[in-house]
Amino acid sequence: MILTRFLSVESWKRWLWSIVRLVLITGLSFVIVYPIIQKISTAIKDKTDIYSPIVVFIPEHFSLDNFKKAIEFMDYWPTLINTFTLSAVTTILTAASCALAGYGFARLKFKGSKILFGGVVLTILVPPTTILIPIYMNLKDFTLMGLLPLLSGKSVNLLNSYWPFILTSITANSLKAGLYIFIFRQFFRGIPKEVEEAAYIDGAGVGKTFSRIMLPNAIPSIVTVLLFSFVWQWNDSFFTTTYLTTSKVMSIQLSSLPYNLAIMLEGGAATNKDPFYMSIVQDTGVLLAILPLVIIYLFVQRYFVESIERTGIVG
Amino acid sequence: MRLITKLGLKPRTYAEQKALWGFIYVLPWLLGFFVFFLVPLLNSLRYSFSSIDAKGDGMTISFIGMKNYVEALTVNTSFNRTLTNSIVQMVVNVPLIVIFSLFLAVLLNQKFIGRALARSIFFLPVILASGVIANLDSSSLVQEITGQNGSDIMSGLGTFEIEQFMLQAGVSENIVNYLTSAVDRIYQIVSQSGVQILIFLAGIQTISPQLYEASKIEGATGYEAFWKITLPMVSPLIMVNVIYTIIDSFAGSEMTELIKDTGFRSFNFGLSSAMAWIYFLAITIVLLISTYFISKRVFYQD
Repeated sequence: MILTRFLSVESWKRWLWSIVRLVLITGLSFVIVYPIIQKISTAIKDKTDIYSPIVVFIPEHFSLDNFKKAIEFMDYWPTLINTFTLSAVTTILTAASCALAGYGFARLKFKGSKILFGGVVLTILVPPTTILIPIYMNLKDFTLMGLLPLLSGKSVNLLNSYWPFILTSITANSLKAGLYIFIFRQFFRGIPKEVEEAAYIDGAGVGKTFSRIMLPNAIPSIVTVLLFSFVWQWNDSFFTTTYLTTSKVMSIQLSSLPYNLAIMLEGGAATNKDPFYMSIVQDTGVLLAILPLVIIYLFVQRYFVESIERTGIVG
Repeated sequence: MRLITKLGLKPRTYAEQKALWGFIYVLPWLLGFFVFFLVPLLNSLRYSFSSIDAKGDGMTISFIGMKNYVEALTVNTSFNRTLTNSIVQMVVNVPLIVIFSLFLAVLLNQKFIGRALARSIFFLPVILASGVIANLDSSSLVQEITGQNGSDIMSGLGTFEIEQFMLQAGVSENIVNYLTSAVDRIYQIVSQSGVQILIFLAGIQTISPQLYEASKIEGATGYEAFWKITLPMVSPLIMVNVIYTIIDSFAGSEMTELIKDTGFRSFNFGLSSAMAWIYFLAITIVLLISTYFISKRVFYQD
């Protein structure tokens, strides 16, 4: 008798907790998803619905006019291709170089490797703003530490090309690369030493051990790094606006979208400059910019979310 | 092997080979570290002590001592305000973000229906709330207006009642204000804690289930298990997260804009570098203080 009562109190507690949890999680999920829903709903609204008091989420007149405008003003398709190429190239190069460095720091100890790893931590700590101007100067007259003038006679201006991105990502010094090296190092440190020894006894050298045994195991952390690096490169306006001035890349297009809108909409005959309407087209532009990321995330997230315990973020 | 000895090289032991390969693996990073990090860092230190004249054919750098630092701290109209603003904002936000993300990580680690969906939604801010998109979002007029129509009034009402309730319960006014302002800024906090949730979740999943089983047999409740097992076991990650949040919050602050504007709009490279260095020192001080206080309480299992 007492036992059953006890049991029922327990089960009541459990029920209560799952309800609280449900409310919390649904509420917070709503907070996160709300801006996206709102953007979608404003993007498909017709102009006449903007000031209509009865329209909250579902518009009275559907129209894809906002999309057409945003695509036109942002030069969307070329921009998309440019951004995708840039992000994909830097992401792959960064992941490769960071994986090498991370493995080197984790498993292949040499004299002074601890001090060099201190250098990695330093690159994480120093804000990019501190070194931005010297890097800019450096890239403007790029000499590769005095080597290029010896070969061709003069320095090269690398600004406004993809070279800064390629060079920094080959050498594992691109945006937040210190963090990726750290993630890889933590992961490779977690693989048991016996695995490596067994490979050595079976005749695999260091290179083969890395490519045949370590890398296939590291897929979760590789996915994490790829996703982070791709997304951050896609959204980055800090380095992108410094290195590239005229290229059509998503983050530049986005950050100049408000100005472009003001000019273009004012110039058009049919539209007068309505700040609210401008804001709607701007929101549509943002939606178009994040859409590819969300689609990629939908494919990757399963892999990413369910296998975090092996990503190596925690050592 | 014979070839190697013929060439006059000593056959290497495995450890030596590993050291050599280790250096080769790290080499790309090392090159980049010198070209794109260390040299620029030293250059920027040099620039901060000098006045720079950039002309078409190159630039002349002349040493002027601490003048740039003095100008940044005493003459420039917006530097001091921006610096204190970003530090205060960080001190307010970091504890909230860390506590909130730990709480959510514990929640997301429990088994319930739709967990995968909930997880993927909570990591969405990692994608959406970074860089230029977050900037544009905060300036969006649509969000302002629709926000005022609906949700803001609701949340205002809600926090008002909680505020009254807590004040009557005798909670200090400062704490009440802190908490209610946190509730009002919930989107900002949620959107900044994606990576932190990820780190905590990964940490919680490495805690061995035996610990929880044993404590359950001994009669510990879930609440006790959290304070006695989960919290000590993830405490090293609390430190990692605090450091990450501090760096992250600085990276997105108005300071960055100010430094960039001084450098590339008004072309005052010397002043801009000096600002950047003061900023870096401020970050370092904040980091040192917080790691000092946290590292005393961190529990390491081994």
